[in-house]
Amino acid sequence: MNLSEKTTQYIDRLIPRYPVKRSAMLMILHAIQEEQGYLSKEAIEWTAQKLEVQPIAVYEVVTFYPMFRQAPIGRRHVKVCRTLSCALRGAYKVCDTLQHELGCGLGETSADGNYTIEFVECVAACGSAPVVMVDDKLHENITPEKTPDFAAKLKRETTPSMPPSRH
Amino acid sequence: MPVQERRIIYRHIDEPGYTIDLACYQRHGGYEVLRKALQRKPEELVQEVKDSALRGRGGAGFPTGMKWGFLDRKSGKPVYLICNADESEPGTYKDRQIIYKDPHQLIEGVVISSFAIQAKQAFIYIRGEMFEGFHILEKAIEEARAANFLGDNILGSGYSVDVVVHRGAGCYICGEETGMIESLEGKRAYPRIKPPYFPAVLGLYNCPTIVNNVETLCQVKHVIDMGGKEFVKIGVPGDSGTHIWGISGHVAKPGYYEIESGKATVRDLVYDLAGGPAAGRTIKAIIPGGVSMKILRMGEKFKVKLPDGSAGEWGVLDIPLDSGSFMQCGTSLGTGGMIVMDDTTDMVEALANLNAFYAHETCGQCTPCREGSLWLKKVTHRVCNGGGRLEDIDLVKNIADQIAGRTICAHGEAAAWPCQSNVPKFRDEWEEKIRAQMQAREHGELAARKGLRLV
Ligand SMILES: Cc1cc2nc3c(=O)[nH]c(=O)nc-3n(C[C@H](O)[C@H](O)[C@H](O)COP(=O)(O)O)c2cc1C
Ligand code: SF4
Ligand code: FES
Repeated sequence: MNLSEKTTQYIDRLIPRYPVKRSAMLMILHAIQEEQGYLSKEAIEWTAQKLEVQPIAVYEVVTFYPMFRQAPIGRRHVKVCRTLSCALRGAYKVCDTLQHELGCGLGETSADGNYTIEFVECVAACGSAPVVMVDDKLHENITPEKTPDFAAKLKRETTPSMPPSRH
Repeated sequence: MPVQERRIIYRHIDEPGYTIDLACYQRHGGYEVLRKALQRKPEELVQEVKDSALRGRGGAGFPTGMKWGFLDRKSGKPVYLICNADESEPGTYKDRQIIYKDPHQLIEGVVISSFAIQAKQAFIYIRGEMFEGFHILEKAIEEARAANFLGDNILGSGYSVDVVVHRGAGCYICGEETGMIESLEGKRAYPRIKPPYFPAVLGLYNCPTIVNNVETLCQVKHVIDMGGKEFVKIGVPGDSGTHIWGISGHVAKPGYYEIESGKATVRDLVYDLAGGPAAGRTIKAIIPGGVSMKILRMGEKFKVKLPDGSAGEWGVLDIPLDSGSFMQCGTSLGTGGMIVMDDTTDMVEALANLNAFYAHETCGQCTPCREGSLWLKKVTHRVCNGGGRLEDIDLVKNIADQIAGRTICAHGEAAAWPCQSNVPKFRDEWEEKIRAQMQAREHGELAARKGLRLV
């Protein structure tokens, strides 16, 4: 598989941290997804071989955990927290505005491939609700009033040369 | 006098100039408690924790010393410590502050606890969404290892332990301790049935394992520092130490406040510290600690036994901030993640929001939880979307009643409690909402939604 030297070495350092190889599963899948943007069939089989388990053992993990995906997404992964503390401060409005401003439906990737917008459940930042994660970064206090500016900034930062999000 | 915070765990959090590197931590006395602890017998340290009466801060409030006492020592198998840094109970954001702003405090707590229970290896299981938190912890561990605060032969004591940070990948159920163990074994986070899978006996790799919350392990450091008998003097009998309250929702100043157990009331916290509701608004309801805990409606009265043994009555705002007091009021302080809702909140929408959460997070192993939480979501969403029927009110309560107590793990209770408390306490609102919808439907219309959309 086409994995960088850096990631392969990182994975080889991860495995011996655990008393049982298979325990490194989630960490390896994160490492691959953070390089390739998703987990291909090839990646799943490679991981299975690396951990000496059947591919089904990897598949069932990949399909269980919401953070793993089997296809690439948009350049920016926009995750709007929708759980109660955020909802009480306008998360649903925030999400509507983001969809409108970014030209992207909920649970979809925009036609230009720039954005994927999703709802996520509480990300443990409820005191600064509403919160939005973009890729690996948390953005706090994104109120409905601030959302248009937030979306505008996101648009300025996003260029066609960017690869699909890895987070 | 306005209520004062008493910061022990959060002593240096947000202090100007306090940074996350080892040098700063050591300038503030960091790792000195570990140094002293390593010179004592592990059993003595366990006894200190027992004497402290410390309760776990992960939500269930189980006494930590007692949990450690359950460890199966006879099997001869290695012992593991897992620090639960999944912080996935909605409304809760207290562990995040420690991980992001004082990581060495946690690591010191982990190493002291590992030594006390003689763990062979320790893991910190951090939720996948805390990308930066993971890197902060890894870096802090490297620093601590270089200074020999963990790793081989720690400070010449002869005791060795390594701490490995492990990332989750977006599941609430990984916070449940046996789900976490399965996940750490590289599997789906399917909680295990107890008995026989009590972690202290059959935990990680079927070895004796202790799972403790981030804050609990930090509390342990302070227990060892001051001694269990001193620690137990903080707070009230039955609930020692401080609680970190993280307030969110409809208050002027959402945020975290560390308060000595039982030494302030809900009123002090919500009004004095968190600034109360927005101008012109009144509070309608409070969820004490994480969304799974039973909701309290303003105006409710509770018949209670006061500390002096006499009978008394409390309103919601009178409840002292300790676990026994909330228990007397039919709920629990849980994780301390308090959510405040003002009079603009539609309580059916609020419940529907939570039902969507549990339906998304059920692991699917048990029929009552898998089918029940989805059913609850569908019924409450129908009521929010204008299709409510009066019989839905009892239906929601009945479905919830049939989940609780019939599942492998406490996710069943977590999904049921919000319904079981919201429906009877806000029945008037449900009826009013549904009657308006029925009337609208008679005219071929859809009743207008009120308040902020929550689903
Ligand atoms: C559905 C569910 C989710 C949980 N999530 C967490 C969590 O995110 N963090 C946590 O520390 N405990 C969580 N718990 C509680 C753990 O199972 C366990 O009781 C706790 O980590 C023990 O630590 P303590 O004794 O230090 O409180 C959860 C429990 C359930 C049933
Ligand atoms: S109660 Fe729910 S979450 Fe827990 S094991 Fe059963 S199905 Fe899974
Ligand atoms: S509810 Fe959004 S961060 Fe907790």
